[in-house]
Amino acid sequence: MTSTTLEPTSAQAAPPRPKPTSAFSAWANRHRKWLFAAPAMIFVAVLIIFPLVWTAWLSLTDSHGSVRAAAKFIGLQNYATVLTDTTRFWPAVGRTVLFTGVVLVFEVVFGMCIALLLWRPFKGERWVRVAVLLPLVATPVAVGMMWRLIFDPNIGFANQVIGWFGIPPQPWLAGQETALWTTMFIDVWQWTPMVALILLAGLTSLSEEPQEAAKIDGASTWQRFWFVTLPLMMPTVIVAILLRGIDALKTFDILYATKGKGGGSFNEVETLNVYAYGLSFDYNQYGVSSTVLILFFLLIIGVMWALTGRRNKKKEA
Amino acid sequence: MKVPSFIKVAAVAAVASLGLAACGSGGSGASDSSAPLRVTLANHVWTEQIKAAIPEFEKQTGIKVELTQLGEDQLSDQYNVKLNAGTDEIDVMMYRPLQEGKLFAKNGYLADLTGNVKQDSSWDWSDFQAGPVKATTADGKVVGVPIITEREVLYYRKDILQSAGVAVPKTMDELKAAAAKIKAANPDTAGFVARTGKSTAVTQFSSFLYSYGGDFTQDGKASVNTDAAKKAYAFYGGLIKENGPANVSTDMSWPEAMAIFTQGKAAFYTEADSLYKNATDPAKSKVADKVGFAPLPAGPAGSKPYNIPSWALGVNDASKQKDNAWKFVQWATSKERTLAAQKAGVPGARTSVWASPEGTSTYPKDLAEAIAVSAQNGVGHDRPEVITVGKAREIVGAPIVSAITGADSGKAADDAQTAFSTFLGTDK
Repeated sequence: MTSTTLEPTSAQAAPPRPKPTSAFSAWANRHRKWLFAAPAMIFVAVLIIFPLVWTAWLSLTDSHGSVRAAAKFIGLQNYATVLTDTTRFWPAVGRTVLFTGVVLVFEVVFGMCIALLLWRPFKGERWVRVAVLLPLVATPVAVGMMWRLIFDPNIGFANQVIGWFGIPPQPWLAGQETALWTTMFIDVWQWTPMVALILLAGLTSLSEEPQEAAKIDGASTWQRFWFVTLPLMMPTVIVAILLRGIDALKTFDILYATKGKGGGSFNEVETLNVYAYGLSFDYNQYGVSSTVLILFFLLIIGVMWALTGRRNKKKEA
Repeated sequence: MKVPSFIKVAAVAAVASLGLAACGSGGSGASDSSAPLRVTLANHVWTEQIKAAIPEFEKQTGIKVELTQLGEDQLSDQYNVKLNAGTDEIDVMMYRPLQEGKLFAKNGYLADLTGNVKQDSSWDWSDFQAGPVKATTADGKVVGVPIITEREVLYYRKDILQSAGVAVPKTMDELKAAAAKIKAANPDTAGFVARTGKSTAVTQFSSFLYSYGGDFTQDGKASVNTDAAKKAYAFYGGLIKENGPANVSTDMSWPEAMAIFTQGKAAFYTEADSLYKNATDPAKSKVADKVGFAPLPAGPAGSKPYNIPSWALGVNDASKQKDNAWKFVQWATSKERTLAAQKAGVPGARTSVWASPEGTSTYPKDLAEAIAVSAQNGVGHDRPEVITVGKAREIVGAPIVSAITGADSGKAADDAQTAFSTFLGTDK
């Protein structure tokens, strides 16, 4: 923005002459676009870039025991170790991807259903909204503890409930095969409302004309959803997938609260985040842990790249 | 200005992915004498009773105490993060000598208290039991004062044993027979329950290992696949597999195992004596009035439970108030405070308190007897004595889980031996 001074008209008194500005404000004026951005830039530098660079550096050393202990620079040795580790690292990558993929599908589908239900006003919708959003306000760790009690194979409520229907007791979180799926269920239970909320915001901002035009043209409800609502909603759906996807990749609290260290005795729910945490806090192997985190970071960037890339292509098309 | 999309992506991803790596480092403000003394304690019965007495200490000394209380794992993580950053924001720390002691000593986190413990003869350092003192000493320097000790004892249900016509087992074989008999008679009740998590079960399994004549290491070398160790793994795991709860989870630590016992779903339970209040307090236990205690049943090598200091107080070496921190440690571990804690149900480490009738006045009689027996023939560690205890526990705990799930625990013990030998070579 450029500032222009008004020419004084004859009706007005001559304006006071502008005061000579101090050196600082002149400097501030010249650099205002940097000055206003400075707090945010400093924040990013201190809290994001520095830890990132530091983690990258640690991943090239044999740092262990304490990050302040002298560490030797060992180049890419940690990366070789981690990338050839088929007992813990690759299964953790697999679980991370599987967990994220499955919960995303369910959360987006269920979230869409809930958003469509809440889209049109109906009697008692306020209460329904509150009920739907309840899981969202609970702390994930507390949620994990709660479900852990519910799913306890011996004294838990879940087995009692399915017992009423004659289904034999299930191991749930205790089973090697069932544990990961059970944690996915908990994640879906907790985060579907958030997805629903984002999608509902998208739905309420859609204009009514296309819907009405489709109605007049005799489209069925299903056709209206599939050919009108959904395409218009796509940008919102992508945003929801992006936000929830990054979060789901990083899921830690639910897994840790339900299965504890190392994702259980057989590492049955050990995702990358749980693995990296264990490497730092249980094994004190800061170098290896940083390596896993950097690889994890690259995975997240890759996923985001794929998603945002699709979005930009769509825009260009 | 157009920012390349790659940078945008990287920035967002950085925000999204680094929830874990960011650690705050403590700012070091200059300390003055009126600064509060920052004490970090774990959630424990001991902490509850010391908390109530802190105003007394503040009045006596004029030192203001700022208390932080955390769960066991969070406490450990806090120390890792904060002490790694060299913070002086922790003055007094409650820590686990057998879990973190070696690591903290190696990293220089714990102040040398050798001079302090000798200062005051009425406080009397020689009154502390030898085993616990050994665990809080590193390289000949005293780095902590033990506050809580524990031994593994057998918890049992008096009523079930009576109705089944079973005597309190004195040997491992009798325990197995009794558990099997009870489970056969009451399908809803487990004969035996104990911890099952790969890492959490290690401490409670250790007494079984010693009683079978084994140990985690012998002469500094791994020894988890000796005949004795293999028998112990098979016995402990088999006991849970055959006589344990129906759908046994392999992630149980003490809260889960204790819950099964206190819900009335198991007849026998081996666990640390310091947790006895959970079983005998009517507010926490459905079977409060029916619980009996006995020493750990004897294996081929006798009854050899661990007898260890589970918690100690140390002073942060980077603290700017070491003198005041020591004053607090000395007060919290005095004879009076130790007696008060012991009366509240926390077994301490002072010989004189154990010797006085008052010291065990609040304990169930059979528990006090079991503790006395265990203190005599106890072993001073309940987990591998290494620096990176977390990893070692996972390695030596794997065969326990194999045995519980019915896999070949002998082969698992051989695998554990290989892994543990490698580990011992790198654990420096």
